[in-house]
Amino acid sequence: MSETSDPDVRVKPAVAATGGDQDAVLATEQLTKRFGGLTAVDSVDFTVEEGEIRCLIGPNGAGKSTLLELIIGQLSPTAGDVYFDGQKLTDLDSHERIDAGISVKFQSPHVYEDLTVAQNIQVPLQRTDRDVEAVRAQTLEQVSLVEQADVPAGDLSHGQQQRLEIGMATTLDPTLMLLDEPVAGMSVEETAEVAELIKSLNNDGMAFLVVEHDMDFVREISQQVTVLNQGSVFRQGSIEEIETDEDVRRIYLGENA
Amino acid sequence: MSTDSKSDVALSASRIRGFFEGPNTIGNSTPFWIVFAVAVAGLAAYPQLTDPFTIRLTTRYLALAFLALSLCFVWGYCGVLSFGQVAFFGVAAYTFGAIGINFSSAAGVTAALFGAIVVGTAFAALLGYFMFYGGVRDVYVTIITLVVALVLHTFTAQTAGSQWAIGEARLGGFDGMTGIPDLTLGFGSTAIVFDEVTTLYYALLVSLVATYLGLRVLVNSRFGMTMVAVREDETRTATFGYNVPFIKLVVFTIGGALAAAGGVFYASWGNYIDPSRFAIAFAALPVVWVSVGGRESLLGAIGATLLIERMRTGLSDGVGGVIGSEWALVIVGGLLLFVILVMPAGVAPYLDRAGKRILDRFSDDSTPSSPTEEVVNDD
Repeated sequence: MSETSDPDVRVKPAVAATGGDQDAVLATEQLTKRFGGLTAVDSVDFTVEEGEIRCLIGPNGAGKSTLLELIIGQLSPTAGDVYFDGQKLTDLDSHERIDAGISVKFQSPHVYEDLTVAQNIQVPLQRTDRDVEAVRAQTLEQVSLVEQADVPAGDLSHGQQQRLEIGMATTLDPTLMLLDEPVAGMSVEETAEVAELIKSLNNDGMAFLVVEHDMDFVREISQQVTVLNQGSVFRQGSIEEIETDEDVRRIYLGENA
Repeated sequence: MSTDSKSDVALSASRIRGFFEGPNTIGNSTPFWIVFAVAVAGLAAYPQLTDPFTIRLTTRYLALAFLALSLCFVWGYCGVLSFGQVAFFGVAAYTFGAIGINFSSAAGVTAALFGAIVVGTAFAALLGYFMFYGGVRDVYVTIITLVVALVLHTFTAQTAGSQWAIGEARLGGFDGMTGIPDLTLGFGSTAIVFDEVTTLYYALLVSLVATYLGLRVLVNSRFGMTMVAVREDETRTATFGYNVPFIKLVVFTIGGALAAAGGVFYASWGNYIDPSRFAIAFAALPVVWVSVGGRESLLGAIGATLLIERMRTGLSDGVGGVIGSEWALVIVGGLLLFVILVMPAGVAPYLDRAGKRILDRFSDDSTPSSPTEEVVNDD
């Protein structure tokens, strides 16, 4: 990456927990969220590198979903900052963060049930200056819903709705995609399809931050894993390192090591 | 679409038609447009077929249809159930009276027409700003808008004293503001004054048809799709980067402008406006019209307004000496209940589906319909 940018813009580059990395697309800095007496997210420093798939795992209540909501701006932090592409996001509204290049798919499926699949894809797509017809056709292909284009989205199966949602989020052509439990409640085949979809989008350069409990799925897609526990970063590393870490096994993977 | 088989004229005609058609309106087929043209022609010929008194009453229904369109637009297409569209209607009516009475020249009344719509629209924008940017949603919007209308009712009802006057225009308390001028466009001797029964009728008919067609273009545009997305799932739409409060503010402001136009037409029709237009009985009527006609159908809202208001006029004379006028609102309420139980989406979408089934039966052996018509089937 070029370092010619003027010092004002880059005055406060994100300090990456993994060591000052210039390629971080997303970085949080001492990010903290308290609800009353409960500290849901506690001084979290972590990064997502450009073009990587990072999974976020941890026990229930570890603060994973809260962290996503802080990144996307649905919650405002008690302290700390979020940086995206070197730009400070903390004071931006949620919709401005999406314009900056982050897309999100939350845990529960949220398709427009009464609109057709094609119209569902059009809603996010028409905000961009991309060619609606062409990108819609391409997206339908990508999420394997070409034949269902004119079906109301409410009539799709759970797995199809999840794929549709990922497809809708991709039409914004984001730099970073946040997915909260994209394969929850899916069959083995549906899970495999989503894994393929994520990997193929990642091949085109899209970075992912995926909150997931399904370790098989994490192993399938993930390059890097961050473990949250009680609101703090507990461990970070490759999937192999995480799976063999005794402390992680003890707190999360449910084994007495 | 093949270009070689169609002449340029047919192609450009279908392109123009494309603006008016889409998944967000019923009636995207040639038979629909034929029926529509016949209906408009019928309304245009109506003054030749009936007496001036009936035309005068029908003109009033046309003014009220703007109020119905305003609610249909904000509620049916964006999911904002406002119980207070009458507030913008009434404020614009009073404003038209206040300006028109003080400046009674042709130019003055023309200015009153536009000034009143601007004031009614600005009032909607102000209220909408505080509601939507303040995070007010769902039923709370309904309550706040109703309260605004009721507060205006209480306020205008106590303005009987002579101190309640804007220049020469007295607010007049319960009796209302009288002596409001006729609708006028232009200035000096070239101005058109709509002071006859039929000229006002035609002015409103033309305005209503133009507004209807304009709204069809709007709801079938990309902005219309955005409105529908907000209606279907506000939270999800925000996560695509849409500024939902802003979208709702724009929609609510346009709705305010439609209601304000209706208010101006109403005030110039009867040359008066009184506080009962802010009262709960009148505030409920747009909800009845739109629910019966079909929330998601602009045409249904207009049709239901004309028919229900015609029915109310009829009932106000009583029926055969058995049912007195006091039953009018009860019967309207019963109609509302009936439609909501039997056809929850309203009459117009119901008729639309029935019409399509009949057409399908007739065109079973013909070639498949054109692409624009296929899109409709999911409506």
